[in-house]
Amino acid sequence: MDELGDESFTVVAVALDSEPGAPDPWIEAASPTYPVLIDRTHQVADRYGIVNVPTAIWIDESGKIVRPAEVAGAYEAFRHVDPETRAVPEEHLAHSKQVRSAYLDAIRDWVARGSDSEHVLSAADARDRQPAADPAVAEAHARFRLGQHLEASGNREAARIEFEAASRLHPESWAIWRQAADKLENGIAAGPAFSARLAALGDKHYYPPPEIAGMPEAPARS
Amino acid sequence: MTIILTPTDTIEVSATPDGNTLWLDAADLTRVTGYQLKPEGFCLDEICVPVPHGREAEFVRDGSDGTSVNLATFWRYLDAPVIADDEGATWSIGEPPTDRSMRLDTLEAADVTLPDVSGELHSLSDFRGRKVLLAAWASW
Repeated sequence: MDELGDESFTVVAVALDSEPGAPDPWIEAASPTYPVLIDRTHQVADRYGIVNVPTAIWIDESGKIVRPAEVAGAYEAFRHVDPETRAVPEEHLAHSKQVRSAYLDAIRDWVARGSDSEHVLSAADARDRQPAADPAVAEAHARFRLGQHLEASGNREAARIEFEAASRLHPESWAIWRQAADKLENGIAAGPAFSARLAALGDKHYYPPPEIAGMPEAPARS
Repeated sequence: MTIILTPTDTIEVSATPDGNTLWLDAADLTRVTGYQLKPEGFCLDEICVPVPHGREAEFVRDGSDGTSVNLATFWRYLDAPVIADDEGATWSIGEPPTDRSMRLDTLEAADVTLPDVSGELHSLSDFRGRKVLLAAWASW
């Protein structure tokens, strides 16, 4: 979003990354002009109710949330891979681009028109979309933080027990699960366990479609 | 020393963990949770939680070196998570649900202070006066 070049707006990116150095190559490659913060304990996920990435929250000039946590312009095209050709069908690739572009358009509209933008939610709607206080989720994050501390102190077995408990308490969180999961050589948690967890979603979404005006309808499931 | 992991911080305190209880100085309770022990009870800003009648000894005790409070019992009383490692050396606490609901209701963006890749700290509140797209991503 650098191209907006608007003094009244900034991206603040937060890497939900417990492992020291893991996000560095990505940051170097992007060489962003906005701040990129490193959140090893996923405190932003806990505070704002984030369960996956990319997720964004819109905050106005006075520090009020005008759009609570939602998927930031991503679509789960990868879930529609043709089992024979291993390719993502064209209509899903096209939809991916449309979702991203509709989301960026919504941000541009907000930056240009502020509270007059149709994408700025009323206080009542914003409250409705805030994730409810859930004791199980709060415990999941407390256990995740303890696990992260134990792992950083070299106590991997005790850490694993906390991470597993955290995932059981907050099964919607891909952030907790993928952070703790085994990674492939490229550092991405996309091995067989990820595929199995994804398959277990069934009809549920990995990226729930953002409820934003102008967002195109997803293609039918193939 | 005992390490307490809060939703936003790691704090070392001089505490006495014993099974399910964690006694620490009343001043340290404030440092860790923001709650202050007052005659009305445990207070966060203007809102106070009275110490439950008949259970005072489980929550507060006066010793030669000042007043101590039992963080673990108080936190469970608030229905908030409090978890310890096997040795009781590290404790992790979560946000009480009532505090969270009130915070969510205000729609105020919770402040966070985090380092960038060079270790420099930034607070979300540094950006007041600008619109902020708070965007979470990850390498995994």
